[in-house]
Amino acid sequence: MTRRIAVVSAGLSNPSSTRMLADRLAQATVAELATRGIEAEIDVIELRELAHEITNNLLAGFAPPALEDAINRVVSADGLIAATPIFSTSYSGLFKSFIDVIDPDALTGMPVLLAANAGTARHSLAIDYAMRPLFAYLHAEPVSTGVFAASSDWGAQADEVKPLASRIERGARELAEAIARREERTIVDPFSPDAFLGEGRSFGHLLGGLAGE
Amino acid sequence: MSSQMQFGIFSVSDITRDPTTGQTPSEAQRISDIVTIAKHVEEVGLDVFALGEHHNPPFFSSSPTTTLAYIGASTSRLILSTATTLITTNDPVKIAEDYAMLQHLTGGRVDLVMGRGNTGPVYPWFGQDIRQGLALAIENYALLRELWEKDVVDWEGKFRTPLQGFTSTPRPLDGVPPFVWHGSIRTPEIAEQAAYYGDGFFANNIFWPKEHYQRLITLYRQRYAHYGHGTPEQAIVGLGGQAFMAKNSQDAVRQFRPYFDNAPVYGHGPSLEEFQELTPLTVGSPQQVIDRYAAMREYFGDYQRQLFLVDHAGLPLKTVLEQLDILGGEVVPVLRKELATDRPAEVPDAPTHAARVAAVYGDGPTRQARPTSAGGNNLTVGGPYQDTPVAAPAATSGSAFGPAATQKKVAR
Repeated sequence: MTRRIAVVSAGLSNPSSTRMLADRLAQATVAELATRGIEAEIDVIELRELAHEITNNLLAGFAPPALEDAINRVVSADGLIAATPIFSTSYSGLFKSFIDVIDPDALTGMPVLLAANAGTARHSLAIDYAMRPLFAYLHAEPVSTGVFAASSDWGAQADEVKPLASRIERGARELAEAIARREERTIVDPFSPDAFLGEGRSFGHLLGGLAGE
Repeated sequence: MSSQMQFGIFSVSDITRDPTTGQTPSEAQRISDIVTIAKHVEEVGLDVFALGEHHNPPFFSSSPTTTLAYIGASTSRLILSTATTLITTNDPVKIAEDYAMLQHLTGGRVDLVMGRGNTGPVYPWFGQDIRQGLALAIENYALLRELWEKDVVDWEGKFRTPLQGFTSTPRPLDGVPPFVWHGSIRTPEIAEQAAYYGDGFFANNIFWPKEHYQRLITLYRQRYAHYGHGTPEQAIVGLGGQAFMAKNSQDAVRQFRPYFDNAPVYGHGPSLEEFQELTPLTVGSPQQVIDRYAAMREYFGDYQRQLFLVDHAGLPLKTVLEQLDILGGEVVPVLRKELATDRPAEVPDAPTHAARVAAVYGDGPTRQARPTSAGGNNLTVGGPYQDTPVAAPAATSGSAFGPAATQKKVAR
């Protein structure tokens, strides 16, 4: 069965370095999974296209259809690559707003590869002091390597000891391993009585009166 | 009078600046207006007026039964309901007393919609924890039912002071408690609760796309059948809705847009056009509103009650009364006819006190509670009322009422 990797990119320009980084991570993860005999597909969510809908969701309380579809694709994926530009020392506001309109429980146990980009490598720790706590709060499971790309990584003055390609390869391998270790992600219907009552239970259990509580 | 469908309005009781004039009504003005609005609901031939409950500005309706009793005294036919009653932070004893009282004063023209509110700090203001919202809704409602159904209640729960030998007064009118709907916009447990008790389910149907409410109502209908109250089609469903009308749809859009753009809750968010597409809000000609709402049953099944939000976001009294004229004069009569067409015979009529009394007593005499001379000593065998059934212990095993199995209590 094919696994699906959701790729969330919060880049704003077109072409976007964030998206370029996310695409490379996605391709490398698919390749790593292939060496393990696992077929995988990539499902990209460009937040720029959803920016107005994300704001509307914040204000009106519900996700318009295109955003709801995007959220469903993220929370039902087998793995997530989350890529954001670093603005003012942290993930972008758009990236955080998207996270804010996802049910806080929906990413529990989700293998995540964290990725970020900025003008210089001086922002690289933002992955660990900003993104990682966010995903820890959500009970997602980010792999230990986060991949940061500075502008220089795309050309001259790139890191020659640990070049971007090797960092991508390492992060992708960790994500592929995390996905391979897990069963395919199953999505529980929140409107199924088995989900909100517990299997085979009745409203009487919620009232606290029935045995087996 | 029994009718298949009840139509009416529900108000959240917001006092909002009119964005076209910059004027904000005073509390005194808005409270006086709501009485005028409610009376007009009856005058134009609608059936229900439902009022919200809030405990903070910019709302006025902290004390719904006071307002509803006044409206009840000024009307003769109108059913008075809530939108919603805070089952989480109100003492269920006070709800039992207040609404039984309102039943008596209005000849049974009362029902309630239970909800959990939309203002987080209400919980701490009333000494509760919002994280217990669902647990409070479940326990408090179980107690409320017991207070209405049993003359003498011994009770112990997690949230409220225990009760020993307590009698909620007055007893429900004719021995039949008000009909209860449960409202929720996102919580399947509340649909389950409504189904478990065989109560109604009310979907506010204003703020979210209809697909969302479809999931809740489908669940409620299935579980209503699961708990043995009838077929899924026999479950009792109410829907909210929102409309603004003028003869020409362009005029309606032009008039309503400033109120929409600045409305509490969704203002400054999606455009009026987007919001109309995504939610049941319909701004246009009366015919457009008829078409939109005649189609609701295709998504939710044949249902019993349709309420509209018409008095919010700073709309002036004059406009609200005009909207009611259009609703009562042009829209609802057609909707009544259209929704009666091909309505299966098994679909129940909208609940009324008279119908509920008839279901219990047929044509026979109803219960009239008369205190005994025991001076309120509820623990004396024989009970507080002349007709209170004598010490029948609560059914224990296999009861439809779950808590009976393990909780300690005795009914007299």
